[in-house]
Amino acid sequence: MSVTALAFYLFAITGVGGSLMVVLSRNPVHSVLWLILSFFSAAGLFILMGAEFVAMLLAIVYVGAVAVLFLFVVMMLDVDFAELRGGIQRFMPLGLLIGLILLIELGLVYGHWNMADNADALLQSPTPELSEAHNTLALGQLIYTDYIYLFQASGLILLVAMIGAIVLTLRHRVDVKRQNALHQMHRDPATAMELKDVKSGQGL
Amino acid sequence: MISSDLNIVLPELILAVFAMMALMFGVYTKKDETAPVITWATAGVMIVLGLWIAFSPMANRDAFNGAFIDDTFARFAKVLMLWASAIMLLLSQDYLRRNDMFKFEYPILIALATLGMMMMVSAGDLMSLYMGLELQSLALYVIAAFRRDSLKSTEAGLKYFVLGALSSGMLLYGASFVYGYTGTTNFAGIASTITTGEHLELGLVFGLVFLCVGLAFKISAAPFHMWTPDVYEGSPTPVTAFFATAPKVAAGGLFARVMFDAFDGAQADWTQIVAFLSLVSMFLGAVAAIGQTNIKRLMAYSSISHMGFALMGLAAGTEDGVKALLIYLAIYVVMNIGTFAFILNMEKDGRAVTDIRSLGQYSKQAPGRAAALTVLLFSLAGIPPMVGFIGKLYVFRAAVGADMVWLAVGGAIASVIGVFYYLRIIYYMYFGEETDGLDGKMPGLHFVALMGAAALMLIGIINPFGIENYAALAAQSLLN
Repeated sequence: MSVTALAFYLFAITGVGGSLMVVLSRNPVHSVLWLILSFFSAAGLFILMGAEFVAMLLAIVYVGAVAVLFLFVVMMLDVDFAELRGGIQRFMPLGLLIGLILLIELGLVYGHWNMADNADALLQSPTPELSEAHNTLALGQLIYTDYIYLFQASGLILLVAMIGAIVLTLRHRVDVKRQNALHQMHRDPATAMELKDVKSGQGL
Repeated sequence: MISSDLNIVLPELILAVFAMMALMFGVYTKKDETAPVITWATAGVMIVLGLWIAFSPMANRDAFNGAFIDDTFARFAKVLMLWASAIMLLLSQDYLRRNDMFKFEYPILIALATLGMMMMVSAGDLMSLYMGLELQSLALYVIAAFRRDSLKSTEAGLKYFVLGALSSGMLLYGASFVYGYTGTTNFAGIASTITTGEHLELGLVFGLVFLCVGLAFKISAAPFHMWTPDVYEGSPTPVTAFFATAPKVAAGGLFARVMFDAFDGAQADWTQIVAFLSLVSMFLGAVAAIGQTNIKRLMAYSSISHMGFALMGLAAGTEDGVKALLIYLAIYVVMNIGTFAFILNMEKDGRAVTDIRSLGQYSKQAPGRAAALTVLLFSLAGIPPMVGFIGKLYVFRAAVGADMVWLAVGGAIASVIGVFYYLRIIYYMYFGEETDGLDGKMPGLHFVALMGAAALMLIGIINPFGIENYAALAAQSLLN
């Protein structure tokens, strides 16, 4: 077995095993840690395919930001995950059945997968040779030229997500002390401090 | 190169820039006190854009390597959606203000949702299809949960979000199959891999079916309609009203766009799917609404049934069919604007009432409004001589023209069943038991919308404002 094949099976097995453990482990914090493992395995698989940019994105964005955020959420929120998972026995047979059907269907489709005759000619932007442009450069050239419309549209989608999160959660409570930077900067000793002459043996 | 592309998407660009500027204006000035100004400005911009698109005749063009198509079909749908959104936005002001949720983000989210709809009907590529769809849906999820202190509204938002995410997942799954088979996401490219009359490859069939399922979710066609009644009931009434107008046009337009632009050669396959969706929706909408007493749930089932009729035009798979679809959607939007202008004012002691029994003897209290609603309900039921009947006539004719007599007969039976629950509301208004009655005062704008829509239902018979010609041109541009 070549090194590449060995690496592939290693990453594939840890990936699938890690994902399984995300669902099965009792402790939600462990789940998130398993999730990080499966993200890393997926990143490894991407590197094997020669997509190093996507692998880096996966490590930086998913492991570095998303998984850490998950970790914070499960640690901060007081959710009884054991109770949430209480119904698992009841739904397990149905879930397994649906999973099995989907698997069989996928097998049927990929079993005799055909491409259209002119599929190669239709490829809109085939991967350039590595000597011409590396992954990051090729993606950048594509995203900011041919796909600029889609790129900007995804920006708008993220804007809507941000507006939505703020609209639905931000509450202006009156009983909370807020920080006002301008106010803080414009304080001066005359208003902020008061000098008292404390006599010895007496309180204020 | 890029400047000519930008020229083509100029209306969308203007709306996007306006939405962002309005957001900045709201955030950096007086926050929610600016809501009325932004609402009027948004509605103004949308109406002007609609006028501009309507009255600047242009050849069919496409931009960004075919990702964006600007043809008569897209322009027809855009004008309809822009105007419907603007009117719904203006009508929602009073309700939002009375219920203390008139935030400046509301008009901005509506503007962004409308932008998403415009991108949907102009999509020429599976990727731009998804971008438009997600922009629209995400904004709709948020406004469904807009009354965040109400359990029902939050539930509606969450339910819509989870099921919407599921449907997006199915749509993407289908898109990946299509891409895997054809090697392209471009509609024209996909169409070039299909030869008419030949058996479809398995991968493409899977892709097509999953795409249809995802789109059926968005248009709320049975059997993918489960979210509709709950979301319509739980959302604040102006949001429900908005859901029932412009997004339906967008989803219908998108459905037709994908089917005709990308899968034209596979018509024999998808017309079966669409015909099935159409038949089931018509019957389910008609039968399930019978037991409803909540007018918002009732309108949800009514919308499912109407989408069934609209899809009948698509199922025909002909130019006449697309024309019928567009005419039906236009009529449907006008009817819903009028009906919801009434529902928005169903109040008792400042609290919104949704029970239809509370309309008992309403005709004595406000004969004018009761008469207008009667006209609208007759039209929704498709009783001649209202315009709603004409819409149904067009889709029936298209179905018969495509040798789908059984579908037209099914539609006729379903519409007869559906008449029952529309008539029941009229029964309550004129012959029902006297109740405490509603005491909501109707603002001038709502009165104009209600009366205007009712009048259109009557005038439309004599003079349908040339909508048939426009729809015919739009259908022609989609098919050729």
